[in-house]
Amino acid sequence: MRVRDFEVLVVGAGPAGLAAAHAAASHGAKVGLVDAQLRAGGQVWRHDLRFGAPKRARVQIAGLAAAGIAWLGGCEIALAEDRVLHGEGADGPMSLRWRALVLATGARELLLPFPGWTLPGVTGAGGLQALAKQGWPVAGKRVLVAGSGPLLLAAAATLKRHGACVFGIHEQAGPAALRGFAARLPRWPGKLAQAAALRLKLFDVPYRSGSLVVAAHGEESLREVEIETRTGRRRIACDLLAAGWGLVPNVELARVLGCRLDDSGTHPHIAVDDDLRTSRHGVYAAGEALGIGGLDCARVEGAMAGHFAAGAPQATQALRWRRRQARAFADLLRRQFALRPRARALAAADTLVCRCEDVALSSVQAHADPRQIRLVTRCGMGACQGRVCGAALRELGLPAPSLSATATRPPIFPMRLAALAEACFHEPSQGEV
Amino acid sequence: MTTRHDLIVIGAGLVGAACVEAAAAAGLRVAVVESGTIGGGATSAAMGHLVAMDGDAAELALCAYSRSLWERWADRPEAEFHRCGSLWIASSEEERARIPARRAELAAAGVDAEAVDPHGLYALEPSLAAGFHGGLRVPGDAVVYPPRLAWHLIADACRDGAELFAGVRAEQLTDDGVHLADGRALRGPVLVATGAALPELLPELPMRARKGQLVVTDRHAPMVRHQLIEMGYADAAHGSDAASVSFNVQPRPNGQLLIGSSREYDATDAAVSSSLLQRMLRRAFDFVPALRERRAIRAWSGFRPATPDGLPYLGAVPGRRGVWVAAGHEGLGITAAPGSARLVVDAFLGLRPALDLAPYRPDRVLRAAA
Repeated sequence: MRVRDFEVLVVGAGPAGLAAAHAAASHGAKVGLVDAQLRAGGQVWRHDLRFGAPKRARVQIAGLAAAGIAWLGGCEIALAEDRVLHGEGADGPMSLRWRALVLATGARELLLPFPGWTLPGVTGAGGLQALAKQGWPVAGKRVLVAGSGPLLLAAAATLKRHGACVFGIHEQAGPAALRGFAARLPRWPGKLAQAAALRLKLFDVPYRSGSLVVAAHGEESLREVEIETRTGRRRIACDLLAAGWGLVPNVELARVLGCRLDDSGTHPHIAVDDDLRTSRHGVYAAGEALGIGGLDCARVEGAMAGHFAAGAPQATQALRWRRRQARAFADLLRRQFALRPRARALAAADTLVCRCEDVALSSVQAHADPRQIRLVTRCGMGACQGRVCGAALRELGLPAPSLSATATRPPIFPMRLAALAEACFHEPSQGEV
Repeated sequence: MTTRHDLIVIGAGLVGAACVEAAAAAGLRVAVVESGTIGGGATSAAMGHLVAMDGDAAELALCAYSRSLWERWADRPEAEFHRCGSLWIASSEEERARIPARRAELAAAGVDAEAVDPHGLYALEPSLAAGFHGGLRVPGDAVVYPPRLAWHLIADACRDGAELFAGVRAEQLTDDGVHLADGRALRGPVLVATGAALPELLPELPMRARKGQLVVTDRHAPMVRHQLIEMGYADAAHGSDAASVSFNVQPRPNGQLLIGSSREYDATDAAVSSSLLQRMLRRAFDFVPALRERRAIRAWSGFRPATPDGLPYLGAVPGRRGVWVAAGHEGLGITAAPGSARLVVDAFLGLRPALDLAPYRPDRVLRAAA
């Protein structure tokens, strides 16, 4: 059992969290950086067993110790109390107390249900990319990448690098949307260069726009993917389908902390002011958890949040313009790669929408009350606690299974009972304010 | 604009839903009013343990009668009925010495139970910690999933003509029915089954909320076969300590484990109490050490509707015309739902209930207060 105190505690060690930790430490603050993964980098900079991490990531990760930042890897935050977070690390339960907190909890992949999406061999695009980086063998496998957005290109590049035979990228957005995107891309020269570099890596992989995966077929595992274009449907034989539909902000910790969430879009994100303050005093947030903004946006916002959290707002002046630029680019991406209504209508009545509890779409459609969905169908009651099915149902325009309005139901992530029993909870009797 | 019903059931927890079912089966024109989610109160927070609880003759009689009526629901898939049996565990020789008497008490109520010696105990449940003194096995006890069943009972009744007033609060009882918060009025006799919220409509019947907490784990290979309960559980349940925990673990048919239990009077905050949760878990580890390595996916709380003497209110409410009550089962509402519903509806219809209603009639507390 360990209790540690920090002036600035950063949750999430992706690009936003790393930038926040370094920015806060540059002002001499005592900084802790905690992440569920053993190695820093988050999802986008996930360590690749064969190829390492990108240089920008390596510099920041290697520099943690020199910057005096306490690295708390392999510790998933499962409980939150006033000014203290609890999790379990390799050495057992950890309680982390903070004066300022930066939430850089990132995003997760949106998994959209379509017939066959639960077959072995069908994964998320980011999911298969992460598996490949962790050493799961994809070499020689016939892989189809499908869905929407720039994540498809990044995933395809990683898979190809690991020897997969990527023989097609199928983007649901139509050619007109992509032309609109390309026309505006030169306003962000850095992005233009990135896109060009990615295309170069994927020069031999056909890229099809207006091409939608509508079903995966196979008995025991995936055999064929069914693709729909303007000219009709066809089936393509393959071993793996990496289907990526976009990203969803991770807001669970913010919710438990009582931070206001912005529910105006399809998926909730953390609401912040111009100084990246959440509605809870001393709690800042940055990066994808504020709405999907991409890597550059995460880095800029992370740095800003780190400066604010360390009480050095003047250091953020130069970053504000860059943040606006990055958010504008994210808006463009969101508009141009918006899911077509057809993509939201793929699930059939018997398609599972909740994999944890095996709940079919038709069962969920029988209820209008979000809590009734949960209680009657068990949708959202499984290990993911509604993270996967909830996002998918919101994307489908259906009510997502919910808890009662007042309930918070710890832990945020599954936690060993022993760790739960031993966590050092805040005792009001100790005279703390 | 008013509508007349033969019976207006207020509250669609499992007790209310069972009353709706019983009334509709008797051919009554039924209305049901539920302000929140069907089965969304104590019904959704409950463990779903069908248990013949001994220690109080009237309570046991109701449990035993109701457990037999549960058999009608056992084949409904939405009930997720799983007859795993209960195994009461003796932590001391003193507790073990009480087993024959408990067994006799259960037998007198028509409930089969068998004494288990220490050897047999570990044969039945190898994951128990060493040093227990035997137990009492009640093979007819079962576990169920209550909120889905409540919803189906209401849905079935609505198909047969019952009328559901959903998402609207019953604001006030009138001389001949109930006023709803949206301005509508329903006319007819009323049966109040609102559990811990009973005082909102019937303030003369004392009711306290007794908070409980549970933890559910992720799925895993089976670790225990029976619903395991420490023999001291009944003392805790019948006792009046401000806050207590006792060991109670339930194997769900899907490999999850439900871990309880706690009791807290006068806690109004629905948030899970960390310190009580920790006491509860440590108590559970004392009985099944391997639980330490299981992972919790969720903890929650609920409020048991507790009457001063621990027995529910079943019957006509004295001093009010056409007002009936079925509420206050504390931790036994799931077990006692179908039995309570049948008793109250039979009495309402002027039929002779299968059990003497005297111990459950609400006038007992009003007499006591006078």
